[in-house]
Amino acid sequence: MSTNENTNTATPAMNRSVGMPGHMKIIFVVLLAVLIALPFMVYPVFAMKVMCFALFACAFNLLLGFGGLLSFGHAAYFGMASYVCAHAAKVWGLTPELAILAGTVTAALLGLLIGSLAIRRQGIYFAMVTLAFAQMVYFFALQAEFTGGEDGIQTVPRNDLLGLFPMGDDIVFYFFVLFVTFGGILFIYRITHSPFGQVLKAIRENEPRAISLGYHVNRYKLTVFVLSATFAGLAGATKSQVFHLASLTDVHWSMSGEVVLMTLLGGMGTVLGPIVGAVIVVTMQNYLAYLGAWVTVIQGCIFVIGVLMFREGIIGVLSKIFKKPL
Amino acid sequence: MLQASGLTKEFKGFVAVNNVDLTVERGTIHALIGPNGAGKTTFFNLLTKFLQPTSGKIIYDGKDITSKSSADIARLGLVRSFQISAVFDDLTVLENVRIAMQRRRGDSYDFWRSEAVLGQYDDEARGYVESVGLGDFINHRAAELSYGRKRALEIATTLSLEPDMLLLDEPMAGMGQEDVERISALIKRISEGRTILMVEHNLSVVANLSDRITVLARGEVLAEGDYDTVSKSPEVIEAYIGAGHD
Repeated sequence: MSTNENTNTATPAMNRSVGMPGHMKIIFVVLLAVLIALPFMVYPVFAMKVMCFALFACAFNLLLGFGGLLSFGHAAYFGMASYVCAHAAKVWGLTPELAILAGTVTAALLGLLIGSLAIRRQGIYFAMVTLAFAQMVYFFALQAEFTGGEDGIQTVPRNDLLGLFPMGDDIVFYFFVLFVTFGGILFIYRITHSPFGQVLKAIRENEPRAISLGYHVNRYKLTVFVLSATFAGLAGATKSQVFHLASLTDVHWSMSGEVVLMTLLGGMGTVLGPIVGAVIVVTMQNYLAYLGAWVTVIQGCIFVIGVLMFREGIIGVLSKIFKKPL
Repeated sequence: MLQASGLTKEFKGFVAVNNVDLTVERGTIHALIGPNGAGKTTFFNLLTKFLQPTSGKIIYDGKDITSKSSADIARLGLVRSFQISAVFDDLTVLENVRIAMQRRRGDSYDFWRSEAVLGQYDDEARGYVESVGLGDFINHRAAELSYGRKRALEIATTLSLEPDMLLLDEPMAGMGQEDVERISALIKRISEGRTILMVEHNLSVVANLSDRITVLARGEVLAEGDYDTVSKSPEVIEAYIGAGHD
């Protein structure tokens, strides 16, 4: 809780460097332009899928790249949000924005519960605890009545946005998804470039030192954990509206693995890395689908090559070449 | 200023710090010396609660801090440094200092606000950076600094918290002679109006800087006094050189 908000907003220093650096502004504007044109060039549902996974990977990267915490159970937030959103739209008849909100809030609460227990451990133990909880969530999804077990929740309706605008047309819905995911990614960017984000980086770099400066590091870790779970939930909830479906795939541990893959491939701790990683992985899954199980093998090979050849990820390497944070 | 009484830390089957009493007077530089394994760093960790004492009591500035958390102790103005240099490698020199000053805003959980608000600390942070002679490196990443400069940056960071008391854990460890002199002078300067407790191996530094010295050996206080008293104590000579030299 900042004590002197008024002086903060009134400093002349603020005017010196408001917002993001110039090159990031240009990149985001170009990205937005491409995304606006995208549904007219590729299948809109595919484009929406890519965007949902890009947001999911960015949420994960917030925790790993900036919080220094490797969660191996992010499918839990993605998947539960997906289920709750689908249930809210189908059974309660909620409009898309409210259904997605319900899913997102569920993910945040789940993140608060699991996070408050997991942050007591570090490193590999932290990863194991998050995985264990995610497996419990998976079991819950398999057994609970409302999730539909093996069938999942199918034929989820897309109700009218705000009760006014029909969302049945994929191109129309695309622009709603664009607003949600792009907004989410911008918000995550802001989190990493906030006073909170600075403390987070300090904790990642040297935790004992951050403590010795008087920071209660566990509270910061829990905050970033909940934020990460929340945005993962936003991605999952939106995804279930895109596909009219919530299923066990969303909560399965391989989903947790996939988001690790996307983030590391693109470059953890970078802004654009998770987005690039998500584009590559989802595109491969879609356009190489005719190869069947071989997709996983190809994915594995790419991952191994990626880790061996450029450990900082694609964007990490580019960022070094251009000597700019990307 | 700081008073530890009966401080003990037992690890399984081993007593690292045994019933240590130590009083650091306000405004002095107090040195803690002793052979390797004497328990100096453990003692430091107990004072700042990075380790939980098995028994004993710590009073700082009239307040019992025995059951407080490390972060809360730092907030009371008792700030420690580390044996290995503790800077934030991926942040710039300026940001390193600023992260400490940011504590003045209270907690920084405001993830929705731009980091531009931290610009309000830039000028003062620059002052601290320049005061330790790092003005030319202000926008460099801390990872790029030499060892001696990292230690200087650490001191600048610590100072920006304006602590009443500093605990320095081997501030000269691994430094060349030139750096030792620079950091000695810096410590002397910052001791104005502050209390300092430091662990140090370099005896000439200890002799020059400290008002009072406590010698620890095998987890216990062996001797205490000014440099002349301590250096002539037969127990201390024995502990440093070893028994059986008579």
